[in-house]
Amino acid sequence: MRPFSYQRATDPAVAVQALSAAAAANDALTKAAAQPLAGGTTLIDLMKLDVMRPTAIVDINPLADGWSAIDPGNDGLRLGALAKMSDVAAHEEIQRHYPVIANSLKLAASAQLRNMATLGGNVMQRTRCSYFRDVSYENCNKRNPGSGCAAMDGVNRMHAVLGASDQCIATYPGDFAQALVALDAMVEITGRSGTRNMPFSELHKAPGNTPDIETTLRPGELISAFSISGRWPRSVYLKARDRQSYEFALSSAAVALDVREGTVRDARIALGGVATVPWRAREAEAVLKGQKFDDGLAQRVADAAFADARGRRHNSFKIALGKRVVARALQQAVTMEI
Amino acid sequence: MTAAAPEPKVNMGQPVPRYDAAAKVTGRATYASDMPLDNPAFAFLVTSAIAKGRIDGFDLDDAKRVRGVIDIVTHENAPKLKESKLFSNGGYAGTTIQPLKSADIAHDGQIIAVVVAESYEAAREAANRVKVSYTATAPSATFDSPGTTTAAAKGQSAQFKEDPEVGDFAKAFDTAEVKLTASYETPTQHHNPMELFSTSCVWMGDNLVIYEGSQFVYGLKNGVAEQLGIDADKVRVVNPYVGGGFGSRGSMTPRTAIIAGIAKRLNRPIKLVPTRDQGFTITTHRAETRHEIKLGASRDGKLLALRHEGAEVSSRPDAYCVGGTKTTARLYACPNVASLVSIVRADRNTPGFMRSPPEVPYLFALESAMDELAVKLNMDPVELRRINDTTNEPIGGKPYSSRSLMACFDEAAKAFGWAQRSPQPKSMSDGEWLIGYGCAATCYPTQMAPSAARVRLQRDGRTRVEIAGHEIGTGAYTVIAQTATERLGVPLEKVAVFMGDSDLPPAPVAGGSNSTASTCSAVMMVCDQIRQRLFKAVMPDSLTDKAKETVGISQAPATQAAKSDRPLDIEKAFNALGVGVVEEYGEWKPEGAPLDSFKAMHSGQVRIVGGHAMKDQIAYAFGAEFVEVRINRFTHEIRCPRLVGAFAGGRIMNPRTARSQLMGGLIWGMSSALLEATEIDERNARYVNDNLADYLVPVNADVPGVEVIMLSEQDDHINPAGVKGLGELANVGTNAAICNAIHHATGQRIRKLPVRLENIEV
Ligand SMILES: Cc1cc2nc3c(=O)[nH]c(=O)nc-3n(C[C@H](O)[C@H](O)[C@H](O)COP(=O)(O)OP(=O)(O)OC[C@H]3O[C@@H](n4cnc5c(N)ncnc54)[C@H](O)[C@@H]3O)c2cc1C
Ligand code: SF4
Repeated sequence: MRPFSYQRATDPAVAVQALSAAAAANDALTKAAAQPLAGGTTLIDLMKLDVMRPTAIVDINPLADGWSAIDPGNDGLRLGALAKMSDVAAHEEIQRHYPVIANSLKLAASAQLRNMATLGGNVMQRTRCSYFRDVSYENCNKRNPGSGCAAMDGVNRMHAVLGASDQCIATYPGDFAQALVALDAMVEITGRSGTRNMPFSELHKAPGNTPDIETTLRPGELISAFSISGRWPRSVYLKARDRQSYEFALSSAAVALDVREGTVRDARIALGGVATVPWRAREAEAVLKGQKFDDGLAQRVADAAFADARGRRHNSFKIALGKRVVARALQQAVTMEI
Repeated sequence: MTAAAPEPKVNMGQPVPRYDAAAKVTGRATYASDMPLDNPAFAFLVTSAIAKGRIDGFDLDDAKRVRGVIDIVTHENAPKLKESKLFSNGGYAGTTIQPLKSADIAHDGQIIAVVVAESYEAAREAANRVKVSYTATAPSATFDSPGTTTAAAKGQSAQFKEDPEVGDFAKAFDTAEVKLTASYETPTQHHNPMELFSTSCVWMGDNLVIYEGSQFVYGLKNGVAEQLGIDADKVRVVNPYVGGGFGSRGSMTPRTAIIAGIAKRLNRPIKLVPTRDQGFTITTHRAETRHEIKLGASRDGKLLALRHEGAEVSSRPDAYCVGGTKTTARLYACPNVASLVSIVRADRNTPGFMRSPPEVPYLFALESAMDELAVKLNMDPVELRRINDTTNEPIGGKPYSSRSLMACFDEAAKAFGWAQRSPQPKSMSDGEWLIGYGCAATCYPTQMAPSAARVRLQRDGRTRVEIAGHEIGTGAYTVIAQTATERLGVPLEKVAVFMGDSDLPPAPVAGGSNSTASTCSAVMMVCDQIRQRLFKAVMPDSLTDKAKETVGISQAPATQAAKSDRPLDIEKAFNALGVGVVEEYGEWKPEGAPLDSFKAMHSGQVRIVGGHAMKDQIAYAFGAEFVEVRINRFTHEIRCPRLVGAFAGGRIMNPRTARSQLMGGLIWGMSSALLEATEIDERNARYVNDNLADYLVPVNADVPGVEVIMLSEQDDHINPAGVKGLGELANVGTNAAICNAIHHATGQRIRKLPVRLENIEV
């Protein structure tokens, strides 16, 4: 780890000020000299590994008073960026009205990590690509733009089959973001000119030619909250993984449905573990909407979700797996008691 | 009694709590890197990013500018060290690849520089700032990589003397009614003990103290002395607790002498704590292996022909080899056996022991093949083992000292509910889960090595046992204390045990599951010397000296507690002797140990005997393992809700610590079958998943049900303690048991480990 300065942000303006002061105009956010610290479970690891090298840390935990709300209302939900994963997962009303959110959090990481980690930090967590996390590999376009991609023809079992480019195939590893993207969440961003809201789906950027730019956030901007309109009691988060707990998804599906008399009125499907960003499967939703549900339909929806998928040497299995996960999640959502 | 502390059966000691339990759960147990040092400097390793080639040069400017950096050691200025031979060739080292000797790179992650600084953080930062330029050449990574060489193990590895064979395999296989040919594969695995591979070196004048988690303090002491060119008596290795070893700390690694040399030069204590990923390349690992098995049997299931061919990957210079055919060729009655072990050399670091080194890969192959044969024969796999059970091993015809294999199968089958299994594959399920039941035999050689011990008994019963054994988490302190208690008739609370220090009387490497048998036999013998002295003192003068010699010494082995066959009044004996303390030192060696055993023991060389290599018999511990696997129809996730094992290991010194070893073994075995594999990037021969987030081991949720059954078994032919050793018994059979269960669940035979969800086709 390299030396860094540490500052506690006593209010949002101080945090924003400290973060933007240290930023050079065209820094990628991930390379910015100042980084906000929430639970630290991603950031500190990457600093120890020498992958992230901020010179200034702005600790935003003192903002928790205002930024850790868990507010389920009648017509929507607001979640503060500093709410802990464990608190949200255990919240009774979240479990009842938004099972997809509660389960995406409960099935993530370990109890210890969930107690430390925040929602804001969670959506901003970085890829687990082994080559990215080991600086002894030169070739990583995400860490070292223009250097190539070691994973492309290397050990890539965990890598993405959707949304990849010829520059980077790293998987977006989190779980919660799939729930957000499925439920059309909005993200509230606090910056120099106050707060603004944008669709959560616009936060993450596919790698394209600039895999080092992962989000649309700019240095000096912070996520302060997430909001979701409506309630989604008929929703499911299904996660397939190598072990029973404490493991990232090989494939996951966040599904939320509105079903009346066997007909799917509204459908939201997002995919995890298989894509470079939290992946909304809109084509698949279109196949499902307005139809009577049966297993054949589930299959067609799953096929549509992976129509554009491309596998590489070790990760091709994720296409077939992903389809079965989608189909199963749909069955579970349709048949769940609410 | 609780599940954790099972009721002792016949020939079992008491399930007393661990001697070191309180120290461990309260964090007071001091591991190597916890040892307080006076004004230490901190070392951090720089390791190579290529697997083969040369270092053209270093750019150290940036690194040297980090505040607090004291020195950066590379091959250009490293302390000169003498070579050490491989442990199997009469040396101490686990590898002959000595880093920092030249600009050459022989494997990924080789140590290429050591940064020393005033703090760990500064050393690590500076290490990150070291720039290296290399000329890389294309390395050979593993099996099938261009540039590897393959040759028979026999003749090139001192560890592997003979490919066992008997009868005429070719003819018998040709004419057998039922035949099976199948190939199997196991991956590279790493031990990943909790404690990192730390080393601290402190010089006091010409004397060196090393704090390092080691499974062999005498080996390390002598090895480092040899490399530094100093008298071994000037080196002391201290590690009262070792945070797991699993074989990784059995032989000397290059780091220790390097750190000692730097500490000498800087005249300062130096502490090295390598990272988890460095641990993947600065020590050893379990090599990947391949197997071909041919079985020929009669219709009624009698094995007539068995051939086992194994291949193992090693490094370019070292012919490390586990050669498990020594076990698989002898496990079942079979008149015609052939075998061949080969070594494939690649540009890798030298592999080494890892928990049950030969048996894990080789029994995976054989016990999978036995299950396949049972399917071909349409026979219950347990019955196939029964038909081929034997009292004598087939190669040399020697009798097993004892063999409870089928008793284990029967007990475990009952506890598991094997009778409820419907034999057809794909015939059992529960909702979205396909269910499979599988089983396999497990075994591990009974091994012993020379050991010394010193025991001091005070008039008030306080007893001090000194032995340079190792507490690698197995319960060694506890069973040694129990041994002294049983032999001397003193209460357990009065026994203090000192281990993990090479200034104590020598004990063997904590490997090959020989520790309990060897150290307890030595401690028993020395306690008996004390009993003898005390008895002699209280015997009437009229007894002849010859009679006095035998009096008070238990004639039977530990199977009956000595105190019960002739109680001793310590108070009275001390009065008669007129002293306050009696102390005895003794050296014990197992039957058949070579003539130079005691000399070798003091110079840190291993003289293990046992297993198949005994003169008139063959000694193994046996067990049977049953598992239930569940495979999700949709996700193909594989889970293992139940592991049941029954084991017979001679005398069980302590059912609590024994159960814990066996339970850990079953879990490890499951992990090996379903999770653990070190991924190698074949393009550059580098390990990719070198951390505990990517190298998967089970979490609690993966092991909801583990049941351990210990059979009562008495074997008076092996060693005075009557102990077979359990540490490496339970993780052997599990690999095959799980694949056999997967076959039962899905009809699919998987012959390559680990089994992942993408390998399942439902
Ligand atoms: C072993 C392991 C297993 C894991 N398994 C899973 C899993 O299965 N599923 C899963 O979803 N996650 C998993 N995680 C990831 C874990 O959930 C994240 O590390 C965690 O959620 C990050 O939250 P944090 O508050 O600790 O973030 P930090 O580490 O503090 O921050 C992460 C990043 O986000 C930035 N940041 C933090 N807060 C904000 C904010 N409000 N606005 C803008 N930027 C911000 C930081 O600067 C930093 O770059 C695992 C992590 C580990 C170590
Ligand atoms: S996949 Fe992306 S993160 Fe991984 S090595 Fe390639 S460029 Fe780097």
